[in-house]
Order: sequence, then structure tokens, then C-alpha cells
Amino acid sequence: MTLAPSHPAGRTRRWPIVAPDIYEGSRIPERVPTVLDVPEELRDSDDLLRINFGPNHPSTHGVLRLILDLDGEQVVGLSAVVGYLHTGFEKNMEAKTWWKAITYPERIDYVGFQNNELVFVLAIEKLLGLEVPEKATWMRMLLCELNRIHSHLVFLGTSALELGAISMFWYCFRERETILDLSELVTGARMHTRYFQAGGLAEDIPAGFFPECRKFVALMPHALDDYLALLDRNQIWLERTKGIGLLSAQDAIALGQSGPVLRASGVDWDLRRDSPYLAYDQVDFRVPVYTGGDVYDRYRVRMDEMAESTRIVRQCLDRLERMEGRPWIADDRKVVLPPREELHTSMESLIHHFKIVTEGYRVPEGEVYVAIESPRGESGCYVVSDGGPRPWRVHFRAPSFAALEATATCVHETLVADLIAIVGSLDAVMGDTDR
Amino acid sequence: VKWSDVPGFVEAKEAYDETTVVVERERLREACLHARDELGFNVLADIVAADYLGWGGKGVSGYVGTATGRDLNLPATQGLQALPQLKPRRFSVSHHLLALAHGAPRVRLQCWLDEGEPVPSVVSVWPAADWHEREQYDLMGIRFEGHPNLARLLLEDDWEGHPLRKDYPIGGEPVRFSDAE
Repeated sequence: MTLAPSHPAGRTRRWPIVAPDIYEGSRIPERVPTVLDVPEELRDSDDLLRINFGPNHPSTHGVLRLILDLDGEQVVGLSAVVGYLHTGFEKNMEAKTWWKAITYPERIDYVGFQNNELVFVLAIEKLLGLEVPEKATWMRMLLCELNRIHSHLVFLGTSALELGAISMFWYCFRERETILDLSELVTGARMHTRYFQAGGLAEDIPAGFFPECRKFVALMPHALDDYLALLDRNQIWLERTKGIGLLSAQDAIALGQSGPVLRASGVDWDLRRDSPYLAYDQVDFRVPVYTGGDVYDRYRVRMDEMAESTRIVRQCLDRLERMEGRPWIADDRKVVLPPREELHTSMESLIHHFKIVTEGYRVPEGEVYVAIESPRGESGCYVVSDGGPRPWRVHFRAPSFAALEATATCVHETLVADLIAIVGSLDAVMGDTDR
Repeated sequence: VKWSDVPGFVEAKEAYDETTVVVERERLREACLHARDELGFNVLADIVAADYLGWGGKGVSGYVGTATGRDLNLPATQGLQALPQLKPRRFSVSHHLLALAHGAPRVRLQCWLDEGEPVPSVVSVWPAADWHEREQYDLMGIRFEGHPNLARLLLEDDWEGHPLRKDYPIGGEPVRFSDAE
């Protein structure tokens, strides 16, 4: 059975694949693409040891359970068991009104919360056909990029920690703390902000945010230099990451990979550039692509992305600082809550407020699939509306879910210690995987 | 793109800037192969099933779930302002495809089925379909024919029922050692 899309030799490779083959053919397991079967000749061996890696192992980034077959230190069999964090978000959202359901997506991918919130809000707006004010668009972009840095910092800190670089964890979480403080300053909550509202933002950007954010933007490049100085010439780090967990461009595409994992395998693809949403077509940024397809390149892609995100944040700040006093949410009384002060004087506003809060707004019938580039890759949201105030069906295309499907392909002749580096480099958030 | 060349083509719809191509359930795998090899949709982004049981029934979208089902008479429960368009079958299964090419073209291949009818598996077309199909089997009870390992993915192996179906009770769960036992 051929699994990967065939690419006959001799045909010239075209964009977006920029990498030469890093290995011959496909390494996707033949029988089940996500299960690495023990080779025939080893099956009756007495040396085979089957162990549970997780679900509570500290380096599984949550509750991922891998059933491993070990031959000595060599991983010869692997099968992933997920679902330990399944909480039925999709079902729960069907019983909530549209605007109450906005709180759910951020808890799905709890590290990339701002991006997940965005994708659901964008889906509602697509069905409603709502026009969002410019200021809200740029602020959304700013917060999503801050969130991307936050997510990559968590990746970097924990992945390095797992490979023994404990100090990295403290440095990364120091900068992460600054981002969470910024988040608190704007939204009142450090995580799970629920700041994006269908139509714009829940509240105006508070005074004092811009100077604080400028400070962060000035600090971040130096912090990145620090991380590079600590890791990038560190012999142990290089030996633990280079050439480990190989995934070729063809295999990555066949396995539906997205985001940093795809870009580290030499596929020049980023939805922010290739299918722009928000105002990504109006900012200047580079899409980092590496061709090695190993753990090291996945780390490098994320390092470069943090630098690029900082640049985007700076450009957003330049724009937003000139938008003071402009509206931050659409003026559509059927969807957007009226200003608080109007409730004391206007009967109309009181009715609108009451209707939106109790019954919720109605969203036109239809089905849409919206995809954005979250820190982990393509985060998609499929929603179906029957024209009522509650979603009929919500489904999230979770990038972590797709990333973990590649585990069995990446652990080709690896040692069990390298498995930790590989799982870390795929950067799966289990809440996102299990939903 | 000429959608009518897709094997098993039924109809193509444009809505919200998205293309939905409805294909016959039995020929879904061929349609996917065609989309991958002839039309260049090389990435399977997502597989999602939806249950339309009770779709368009009065009060349905505003129902409040209880242990026994829906209660249409609870406060804040209101019917629809307009009845939505009827669906051909109970379940839809949508394959969201993406082409890694200029403009990021996307298409939704959709097929319709009733309870108990299987859908051809596309694991042999895109390995990525493995978990996506298992998830939809697990939560929605869609059987994918030809899947190499169609087991529950997110719920326990001995879970009863498929929670994302509209007739799955919410708001209550069976309690052991209750009066009846």
C-alpha cells in the first residue's frame, strides 16, 4: 500500500516544498499510519520490553500515553493513546448560546488560547457577515502574536527542561510572565481572556498598555539572544536535537502536519501569508523555513517565529497608537452589547442588552470552516448554524491532534531518551488534542 | 475547477466563500483520490461529521438539555424564526481539503448518510485520516469502511453510545446503585 502522495522522480519540485529528500521513500508505518509495529524478527524476542510512557510522565506535556516496545534502549514499537483530557467541549458548546460559547475554545488549546478564541469568533463573524472595526482587527493581531510568543516560550522552556537545560525554563517563563502581565493589563485575565467578541473587542484598549507593550517589544530581541547563547552552541543541546525525529516534507504533508512542524520539514507554508486573515497582508514578516526536518529545526523555526512575531507586534503598535478614540467593536445592536451607560437612559438599549444576554443573538443558517495559523499550526473551526441562538455543531481541527499523528513516523530507530525530545518538538497541547 | 468530473459528483454549492462538493457516499474514496491527484488538494485538513436529527424542528436550536432529552418549555427556550433548509439524510461527513498552492484553495467534500451506513475510509489516500476517522467514529458513530484500526480514540473502549449525536442524553448520567438496582 502506498501511503504518501507519489512524486515521480524527475518531476521538478515546486513551491511550497523547498527541501531535498531527507530520506528515501516514506517512513509512515504501513499497517496503521499512527502505530509503529514491532518488526517481524523481533516479535518473539525475550528482550522486548513493553512499557507505558505516560500518561503521567512529566515529559509528555500533559496526559499523553505512549505504549512503547523497547529492545534495549531502542524504540521498536509505539502506539499513542489519547483522550485523557477529553472534556466534550464540542458537545458543551451546542448547549450554549453563541456568545457564551466563546469562552470554550480558549480552554481547548490552553497555551495558544488567544488564537483559538480568534478562530471561533472569526467563524461566527463569517456567518453573521459582520464587519469588524480596524482597531479591533489590529489589536486581535497584536494579542495573537503575543500569544504565539507565549506559546513558543512554553515550548522552549519545557522542551529544554526535559533535555536537562533547567535554566532555560526559568528564562523562558520570565518573559512569559511579562506577556501574561500584558494580557492581564488589557483583558483583566492572565489566560483565557475572552477578550474577543463577535464584532470586535469586549472593551477598549486601556491606557498604559502601549508603553508597557513597547517595553516588552524592546526586551524580547535581547531575550532571544540570551536563549540562543544558552542553547545554540550548547554541545549537549545540539547532539540531543540534530538529526533526531526526522520527518520529510512528503511525509509531513501526507500526515496533515501544519505550522512549525511542517515548516521545519522544508515546506514553505504559513496561513498568515498564504491565506491572510485579520490584517496579516498589511504587515511585514518573514516565514522561517528549515529543511532538516529534525527536532533542532523545529526549535529553530519557533525561535525565528518569536523574532518575527515581535516585529509584527511592533507594527501593530505603530498602527494602534494612532487609533485612539476609534471604535473597537462593530455598531450592530442585534449582536453587540450596547454601551453600559446607555442602559440607564435608553429603553431600546435595555431590550437589546436583555435579549443578547438571555436568549443570545441569532446566527444565520449555514456551515463554515475557518482556519488560522495558531502557534501549533492550522487551527480550524467548523461550525453549523440552523439560524438559532445556539451553534448546531462546532468542531475544532486541532493542530496538536495532527502533530501527534506523526509520532510513529518520527521515531524511526530512535532511543527512548530521544523520544522525549521528539514528543516535545511536536509541541502538542493535550487539551487541544483531546478537546 | 470542474467539479462535475469528481467521481460520484452530486452537486457543488458556494456559500460564505466556501465550496462544498457533495458526492455519493459509496464513491467518496475515489472522489478523494481524484481531488488529491488531479485537482492538487494534497492536504487533508479535517474530517468532521454532523448529526442533523431534529434539524429544523420547532424550538430545536433553543433547547435546554435534560437527562431525558430536550425540554422546549424551559425559560429562554425559543423556536426558530425561519425553518432551515432540510437535509437529505441524518448525518453529513465533511472532508476539508487544502491545496498547498497559491491562494490556499480549499474544498469541502461532503457525503450524506443514514444511521448504520458506512463511509469509505480514506486512510489509504491520506494517512492523516487515521485519527480523524477514529474520532468521528468514536463521538458520532460513523463507521469508516476499510479503516485499518477503527477503535475508539478519545473515550474509553467500553463507552456506550456516541456523545455528539443529538439523541445522546446530556445533563445526566447513569448512576450505579440507584433505587432501580
